[in-house]
Amino acid sequence: MKKKKNSRELDEAEASVRKRKKRRNRETMLITYFFVFLMLAMMGNLAYFVVAESETVINNSYNTRQELLASKNVRGKILAKDGQVLAQTLVDSSGQETRDYPYGDLFAHIVGYSTKGKTGVEALGNIHLLTSNAFIGERIKNEIGSEKNYGDTVVTTLDVELQQTAYNALGIYSGAIVVSEPSTGKILAMVSKPDFDPNQIVSLWDELISDDDSSVLVNRASQGLYPPGSTFKIITALEYYRQNQGNINGYSYRCAGNFVYEGHRINCYHGSSHGNLDLQKSFEKSCNSSFANIGISLDLDQMEKDLNQLLFNTALPTDIVSNKSSYVLTSSDDTYDVMQTAIGQGKTQITPLHLNMLTCAIANGGKLMRPYVIDRVENYNGSVMKQYSATTEAAIMTADEAQFLTGLMAGVVENGTASKLKGLSYTAAGKTGSAEFNGEKADSHAWFTGFAPVENPQIAVTIIMEGAGSGGDYAVPMAKRIFDEYFGK
Amino acid sequence: MAHVISDLSKYAIAIVMAIYTYECFAVFRYNNEEDRNGIYTRQIICMFLIHFMGFAAICLETSDITYIIFYGFQQIGLFATIALFRTLYREANRLVINNMCMLLATSFVMLTRLSYEKSIKQFKIVIVSLVIGLIIPFFVRKLKFLKQLTWIYGLVGAGALLVVMVLGAVTNGSKISYSLFGYTFQPSEFVKIIYVFFIAGLLTASKDFLQIVIASGAAGIHVIILVISKDLGSALIFFVVYVVMVFIATKNYLYLLLGTGGGAAAAVIAYHLFGHVRNRVIGWQDPFAYVDSLGYQVSQSLFAIGTGGWFGMGIYQGDPTSIPYVEADFIFSAIAEEMGVIFALCLILVCISCFLMFMNISMKIRQEFYRYIAVGLSITYIFQVFLTIGGGTRFIPLTGVTLPLVSYGGSSVLTTIIMFSIIQGLYTIRSKEGGRDEKKEE
Repeated sequence: MKKKKNSRELDEAEASVRKRKKRRNRETMLITYFFVFLMLAMMGNLAYFVVAESETVINNSYNTRQELLASKNVRGKILAKDGQVLAQTLVDSSGQETRDYPYGDLFAHIVGYSTKGKTGVEALGNIHLLTSNAFIGERIKNEIGSEKNYGDTVVTTLDVELQQTAYNALGIYSGAIVVSEPSTGKILAMVSKPDFDPNQIVSLWDELISDDDSSVLVNRASQGLYPPGSTFKIITALEYYRQNQGNINGYSYRCAGNFVYEGHRINCYHGSSHGNLDLQKSFEKSCNSSFANIGISLDLDQMEKDLNQLLFNTALPTDIVSNKSSYVLTSSDDTYDVMQTAIGQGKTQITPLHLNMLTCAIANGGKLMRPYVIDRVENYNGSVMKQYSATTEAAIMTADEAQFLTGLMAGVVENGTASKLKGLSYTAAGKTGSAEFNGEKADSHAWFTGFAPVENPQIAVTIIMEGAGSGGDYAVPMAKRIFDEYFGK
Repeated sequence: MAHVISDLSKYAIAIVMAIYTYECFAVFRYNNEEDRNGIYTRQIICMFLIHFMGFAAICLETSDITYIIFYGFQQIGLFATIALFRTLYREANRLVINNMCMLLATSFVMLTRLSYEKSIKQFKIVIVSLVIGLIIPFFVRKLKFLKQLTWIYGLVGAGALLVVMVLGAVTNGSKISYSLFGYTFQPSEFVKIIYVFFIAGLLTASKDFLQIVIASGAAGIHVIILVISKDLGSALIFFVVYVVMVFIATKNYLYLLLGTGGGAAAAVIAYHLFGHVRNRVIGWQDPFAYVDSLGYQVSQSLFAIGTGGWFGMGIYQGDPTSIPYVEADFIFSAIAEEMGVIFALCLILVCISCFLMFMNISMKIRQEFYRYIAVGLSITYIFQVFLTIGGGTRFIPLTGVTLPLVSYGGSSVLTTIIMFSIIQGLYTIRSKEGGRDEKKEE
C-alpha cells in the first residue's frame, strides 16, 4: 500500500520534470519527427516501387538476373485466350531446349521471339516466363532430381480464330490489322505482314536484318507510320464539332469535284462531284473538297492542342512497343498544307494501333482503355498468380462527341463508302480511307477502321493494306470477314 | 534440396526479422530498462536465429563447411559484445547494443555471401572496433577536459580533410582516402565525430550571433574541402548536421530557415558548377534512359530490388555482384534482392529505432556539450542511412556513402561503432544526472 503511494508521488514528480523537459526539447522533437518522416517517406517510395513499378523495370534487357532465371527454369508457355499454345519450350532427352511456335508465322509479331533478343509477348512477359511459381513439393522433387522447374504461363487476350481470319484476309498484301475490345482494351488479334516464321528465327536472322525495304521484323500494327488518308476525317469532324460547340447543323457545301482556295486545289477521290452536302453527307461520301473547306475554317492552335490530347506526338499508353504518331501542322503553315492535312494527306502519320485506340474510345463513350495483351499469369499447373484487368487511361472526348462520331460512322455504313457492311445480322460503324503515299494518284493504302455492333460495341477493327487501292473496295470486305467470324460464333 | 531450404529460409528470416523489428518499437512503451528485459532477450534470440539461418543457407548453397568456422567466430564476437557491455556498463542502453549487433549480423551474412575474402577482412576490423567501442564509454565519463579542446577538434578535422584532398589517392573519382601500412583510411569518416565535438564545443561556449558566424565559417571550410574532394555525401552530412545543431542549440527558427535556404541555394549552384553533380542528378531522374552510362548503378540497384521482390530471391539466388561497389554503397540493394524487401524495410526500421533512442537519450542529457554531441551524432547517423538507402532506391540522387555498420569498409564501421559507444557513454552520464534529478525533486 505504502509502496503504491510512493510510486504515485514519484510519478507526479516525474510528470513535472517531464513537462519542463518537454519545453526544453521542443526543437529536438521537431527535428526527430522530421527525420523520421523522411525515412518513412523513403520506405513508402520503396514499397511503391515494388508494387507499382518493379515489374516493368526488371523486364529491362540490361537486367542480368534474367539469364540467371533462365538457367534455373524452363521458359514458360504463352497461351491464347482459349488455351491454345502459342509458344512453348520443348526439352529433348539430352536437355536441349527449343522454343516452339505451333502456329508458325501466324503470331510472328505479337507473340514475338525470344532468341536474338525478345519481342512481342515474349518480351512483355519475359520475367513471368522465366520465374517459376510451381508448387513447393514439385520444386523439391525437381531439385532432388536436379531438373529445372517450369516457368509460369502467360495467358494472352489473343483469339486464334480471329487472328487466323485477319491473317488470311490480309492475304498477300503488306499491312496490318488490329482487332480489339473497346470496353476493356484487350487486343484480340494483331497481324502484321510481311511476316516470318519465329521457329526459324535463328537461321533467318541474317537475311531478315539485311532486308531494309520490307522490314519484316517490324510490327506494322503498332510501329508502322502511315498517312491516315480519309480516316483522319474522323478527327477533322470531331475538331469542327468541338470548335462549333456541337452546332453543326448550319454546315452546307456544294461539291463540284474539287475545291479551290487561294489558288490551291483539292480534288475529290476519282474526281467525283458529290453535290449538296451537310456534314453528315460530307463524311459518308468522304468528300475531300468539303473537308478541305472545313479545314480552312478551323482554329489551328486549338487543333494542335486537341490532337496532342488525342495521343498524336505522344507515346501511346500501352506496354506494346509502338511508335509515336506525328501531327506537325501549326497556324504558321500555308493554306495548302492545312487543306491537305484536313483530308488526312499532308505530313500527318499515324500507327494502326493508335487509330484503333481512337476508334475504341469512340465506341466506348469517349473513354480510352489502355490496350493490353497479357490477361493473366498462371503457374505451370494453371493456378492464377496474377490477373491483369482493364484500366481506363483517360476520357479523350466527351460522351456527346463520341455519340456524334458514332452517328457519322454509322452513316458511312448505311449510305456511304462502307456500304458492304450494310444489312448484316449485326450493325457496324466505320470510316474508310485511301491514303495516297507517293504523289502518284494510283498508289494508295486502303484503310478501314470501325466497330460493331453500333448500339453496344464489342469489337473494333482497324485495317491497313499497303498499296491496295481504295479502302471501300479492299479494306471493308476484310473487316466484314473479321466481324462475321466474331459474330458467327 | 539445398536450394529449397535456402528458398524457405528466406521466409523464415523475414518473419523473424519482423518480430525483431516489432520489439525495437515495443521498447518505447516502457520507461524503465528493467521492464524491457523480456524484449531484449527475445531480440537476442531473433538475432541469433537470423544469423544462423543466413549461414545455414550459405553453407548449403556453397556446400562448403569452412563457413561454419567463420560463423562460430562471428557468433562469439556478437555474444561477447552483448555480454561484455552488459557486465562493464550495467546502465548501458541495451536496445542500442542489440541493434548494433543485429546490423552487424546482417552485414556478416551479406558480406560473406558477396565476398568471403572481404568479409574476413571486415570481420577483423569489426572485432578491433568493438574492443575500442567497449572502452569508449569509460573515457567519455572520465575525461572532463574533452570540452576544452574545441579548436583542436576544428584544426585536426579540417587539417585531415585538407591533407587527403591534397595528397590522397584518387579512388572512384573522389579523393577521399589515404593508405597507411596497407590499410586504406577514409578520414572523412573519423572527422565526422571530431567535427560534431567541434561544433558542440563552439555552441556550448556561446550562442551569440558572432559565435554563429564563426561556427558557420568553420563548418563551411569543412564542407567546401569535401565538395572539392568530390565527397558529396559527406559534404551534405556535415552541412545538415551543422544546421540541425545550431537550430537545437539556439532554438532560433531563423537560423533553421537560413540554413535550409542556403543549403538549397548551394545545391543549385553546385549543380550548375560541377559536372559530377549534374551526372548524379541525370542518373537519378531517368536511370533507364542512361542504363549503360550515368544511370548504370541506379538501374542495377533497382533491378536487384525489383527482381527480389517482397521475400527476395534467397541467399545466393540473386545476382547482386552485378551492381558496382555493391559491398560498400549498395549493400542495401543486395540485401533487398536476396533477403527481400520486407527484410530491407525492417532494416530501415531498426535504423529508425536506433535514431529514436539516440534522440531520446539526447533529450534527457542536461549538460549542453554532451547533449549537442548526442544530437550531432544521431543526425550524422540517420542522415547517412537516408542518403545511402535513398540513393539506392532512387528516392534521391546517389551520393555514394556507406550504410553504417552494414556496408563493407573499415573506416566506416569503426567510426560508427565509436559513435554508438560515445552515445552509450553519454547515456550512462545521463543515468547519473537522472539520479541527481530525482534527489532534488524529493
